[in-house]
This record gives sequence, C-alpha cells and structure tokens, in this order.
Amino acid sequence: MKRLKKNFYRGGRLKEYRRSLHFFLKNPLTILGLAIVISLILISIFASQIAPYPEQGRGISSVKDRLLSPNYERLFGTDNLGRDILSRVIFGSRVSLKAAVVVILIVVVIGTPLGIIAGYFGGKIDEVIMRMSDMVLAFPSLLLAIAIVAILGPSLMNAMIALSVPWWPWYTRLARSQTISLRERQFVEAARAVGVSNFKIMFRHILPNCLTPIIVQATLDMGYIILSLAGLGFLGLGTQPPTPDWGVMISKGRSFILNQWWFSTFPGVAIFITVLGFNLLGDGLAEALNPKRRK
Amino acid sequence: MNKFLRYIGRRLALLILVLIGLSIITFTLARIVPSDPAAVYLGPRPRPEQIAEIRIKLGLDKPVYVQYAYYLRDLLHGDLGTSIRTHQPVLKSILRFLPASFELMLTAIILALIIGTLLGVASAQKENTLIDHADRLFAVTGVSLPAFWLGLLFQLLFFRWLGILPLGGRIDIYVSLFSPIKHITGFYVIDSLITGNWVAFKSSILHLILPGITLAAYSTGIIMRMTRATMLEINREDYIVAARAAGIPERTVVFKYALKNAMAPTLTTAGLAFASMLTATFFIETIFYWPGVGTYTVKSILLNDYPVIMAVTLVGALLYVLVNLVIDLVLVFLDPRIRL
Repeated sequence: MKRLKKNFYRGGRLKEYRRSLHFFLKNPLTILGLAIVISLILISIFASQIAPYPEQGRGISSVKDRLLSPNYERLFGTDNLGRDILSRVIFGSRVSLKAAVVVILIVVVIGTPLGIIAGYFGGKIDEVIMRMSDMVLAFPSLLLAIAIVAILGPSLMNAMIALSVPWWPWYTRLARSQTISLRERQFVEAARAVGVSNFKIMFRHILPNCLTPIIVQATLDMGYIILSLAGLGFLGLGTQPPTPDWGVMISKGRSFILNQWWFSTFPGVAIFITVLGFNLLGDGLAEALNPKRRK
Repeated sequence: MNKFLRYIGRRLALLILVLIGLSIITFTLARIVPSDPAAVYLGPRPRPEQIAEIRIKLGLDKPVYVQYAYYLRDLLHGDLGTSIRTHQPVLKSILRFLPASFELMLTAIILALIIGTLLGVASAQKENTLIDHADRLFAVTGVSLPAFWLGLLFQLLFFRWLGILPLGGRIDIYVSLFSPIKHITGFYVIDSLITGNWVAFKSSILHLILPGITLAAYSTGIIMRMTRATMLEINREDYIVAARAAGIPERTVVFKYALKNAMAPTLTTAGLAFASMLTATFFIETIFYWPGVGTYTVKSILLNDYPVIMAVTLVGALLYVLVNLVIDLVLVFLDPRIRL
C-alpha cells in the first residue's frame, strides 16, 4: 500500500513536470532565452579558444592598432589602446557571469535560511528578521549598493558585496512565505510528530519545497544583477582595468562615441543580449512552473 | 474619514520607525569608511595635533551612540553634512540640483505611464496574438537595456548622424545667454512657458527628449508588464464578462470598467519606478551633461566625497519611502474596496 501511494505520488509529480516542460518548450521566446544563456556559458568557458586575440582580451595593449574601425580581421574594431574589442567582449562575459553568479549565491545562501527560520518559528524571531529586511528594502537597491561600494572602495569584490546587501531580503521574503504555507502541511506535521528536530525539518523537508520559486527568482535576478554590475563598472566602482568589463568598456568608449561608434556600442550589445537572455528564460520558467500563470 | 485619518496616523508612525532605521544604516555606512573620517576631512598629510583637534570637532572621540545622537540631531536640523569637495552644505547643493532632476524624472514617468499602460492594455486585449508578442518583446527589451548605453546610442543617432536633437545639457547655451529663463519653479519647461519665453521653451523641450526617453525605457517595461498581468486577471472577472455579455461597447468596458480597477498595481509600480529613477539619473545625467543631482553625486563619488554620497543615499531612500506612502494614500482614496 505504501509503495503504491508513493508511486502514485511520483506519477503525479512526473506528470506535473512534463506539463511544465511542455509549457516551457512551447514558448519560442523562452527557447531564445535558453539558447542565449547556454551560448553565453559556452563562450565564457571557451573564451581563450574563441577570442581571436586572447592576450588582448585579457588586457595587453597594442598601441599601433588603436581605434581601428570594424573590418574583416577585427569584427568589432579596436579600442583606444589597440585592443581587439571582440576579444574584450568575449572575455568580459567571463567576468560578468562569474560575478553575477557569486552575488546570486551569496543572496540565496543568506536570504533563504533567514526566511525559512522566520517563517517556521514565527513570533519574535520572525519580527526581528522581517523588520531588518524591511529596513534594507526601504532603500532603492542600486542606490544602497552604490553608497556601499563608494565607501568600501572601488573593486569587483566590493561591488559584489555591495550588490548582495540590498538583495538578500527578497529571498528572505520568498522563503518565508513558502515556509508559512508549508508549515501546517501534513508531511511537516508528520515529521514533527515522529520527533524530527526543527533544524532537520527546516532544511531537509521545507527547503527542497522552497527551491522552485527561488530558482525562478534567481534566474530573473541574474539579468538585473548583470545590469547593475555593468552600471557600477560604468561609474568606475566595479571591475578595475585592465580586466575586461562591459560597463567599464562603455564608459571608456564614451568620449569616443561620436567618431568611433564601435567602441561603446559592442560591449553594450553584449550586456543587452545577456540580460535579455536571462529575462526571457526567467519569464518562461516562471510561467511554466506557476500553474496560475499559464493559460 | 475618521478611519482615513487614523490610517494616515498609523502610516506616519511607521514612517518614523523606517526613518530611524534608514538613519542607522547611513550612520553605520559612514562609520565603516576604511580611512579615518578625520583624515578625509583634512586632506593629505595632516599633522597629528590637527587630527586630534578635528576628531574632537567632529565628535569622533565620543562613544558610538553619542556620535549617532549627534548625527540624528544634525539631521533633524536639516544638516546633512558639508561637502569635502566644495565646502558647501550638502543639503543646499542637493536642493539646488533637485529641480533639474525632477523635471527629467517627471517627464520620464509621464511618458512611461502613458506608453506602458496603453501597451499593457493592448497586449492583454489581444492576448497571444502578434501584437501581444511584439508588446511583450518591447517590454522585455526595455528592462534589459543598460540605460547609459541606450543614451549613448541615441546621441550617436539623433545628434551625430541625423543632427536633429542636441547632444546634452538642459538648454542651448545661446538661448540661455540671450533669452535667459527666470527661475520660478526651477523646471525650465514650466518657467519658460509661464513667462512666455518661447525660444527657451522650445530649447528646453528639445533637450528633454533624449534623456527623458532613455530614463523612461525601464519603467515603461515594468509598467507595461504589470498592466498586462492585471488586465488579464480582471478580464476574467464576472463583472467584466457580464458587461461584455450585456453588449456594452468594448471601449467602455476596457477603459471605464477594467482599466480603472487595474490602475492600483500599475500606480504602485509607477511610484516605485519613479523613486528608483533618482539612481538612474546618476547614469543618464552623466551621459547627457544634465546639471542635476545625478551629475553632482557622480562627481562626488569619483572624488570620495563621503558626506555627499551619504546625504544623497538618505534623500533617495526618503523619496522612496514617501512616494510609497503617497501612492498608498492615493489608492485608499481612489479605490473604495480597500478597507482600512
């Protein structure tokens, strides 16, 4: 009987996943997003193999080639230090993706447990955690990040820390609301009845059931984080030269925009496509995994 | 009405708590400056006795909670600190630059509200058609574009290649010399309009177009998404189905019955978008040489002018909280279904 029930449960779940997958694959925009994200990951892994001038991509200048317009050999042209912009853009994907993933990991690892604890115990603990997150959320997130990094000093590391500070409360809220809805469910009650510790209930039983919305949110946030990182780079608060960074490249190309249009344009295209990819993928995931949103 | 007043009272009490929270965060940030604030104040290579003197003057020799009390006292007196760079009170500078930024932000939010709402309605009406897909692509493009890059592209296209719009600034330099604007509200468009200064009016409108659209792009995207989602939900409600079945003209159903109720989430989104625009002006004002709070702050960031950075952060957060409050109150007023 027990096994039968388990299989039945599994079958239902599998069906649900298959339905989600169906909705996921039906939307052409989602497929486009997925394709963009996968290509990006591949490009950043194989940057040294793909980039035509890998050493320039990493930052070695070649002054005799400065400010060449795009041509067959240099598809995206060169910058004011003679570096191949295509190679710089390719290596820039590495920096952006890595930094964004780190920020997302930090906020998920900090925000989720806090949310589960707040939702599970309720009462005073809940009150303290939620008031803390409310305080942080009272700031526009990018503004707080700029203030923090301006004070810590400009570097990629500090930019990542600065972006994490205003961001974790979103995951706390998400995990908390999930936990509250799960707290009274039978499997949790059952676990409690047989004497499973609170810690184990929270992280072995509740956490896995919170993961779906968190993954969707993380995908959607990737785009925003990459955009914010580029913004911090543009203000000179993020990655420092000669490390390739899309935001820094746009900022450096700004004084050349009227005559050497390619300098700022191509790094911007890279940011746009990347963020677009994550947004499309995140929207598709949200729609496929949330039965309420599909029609 | 009595209930409404009580609601306002409760919200204001909550506001005070939030403000205390904000001040604690900015105070903490200002204290974790890696370098000694006294050293920052004095510039390079100060003498030790100078440092000791300034530490006493700035109250840095007192315990932290006393320092915080001083900070709070200064804030309540409207003293947001003194700029290291210009030696001017920060509040005075912010107030001087704020009208320019607000002019830009208001232009952008009006643009975003009109375009975003209309596209959102169109998208929901024509769900899953080509129009819907195009609108959604437009919205997701809006939220994926780096604003500072979009601004540069606009400059390239409309200034360099087409030559029909100015590169930046608030007004043409010749116009400002030969028919200067009288400062009344600080909004160039309004000031030139009410004084009948048509040359300046035209020039300031032309200068607003590119930065206005650039700033509006992101908000247009999120407003459109929100409107679409709400309209889709409302379209399935009984009273709308009934109205349609009764043969009431579609236009009346959509704009009078449905949209009116869809406006609440849209307005909330627009309010938050408006408050976040202050941060976006850092980028857009820099790109378009717009003399507002954004340009002022970015200059201060580059020179480590901490008092300015902290003050702008506090003002930005205050704006965020206040706009939120105002929107909530407006909604209570507009929507009788909200019970207090």
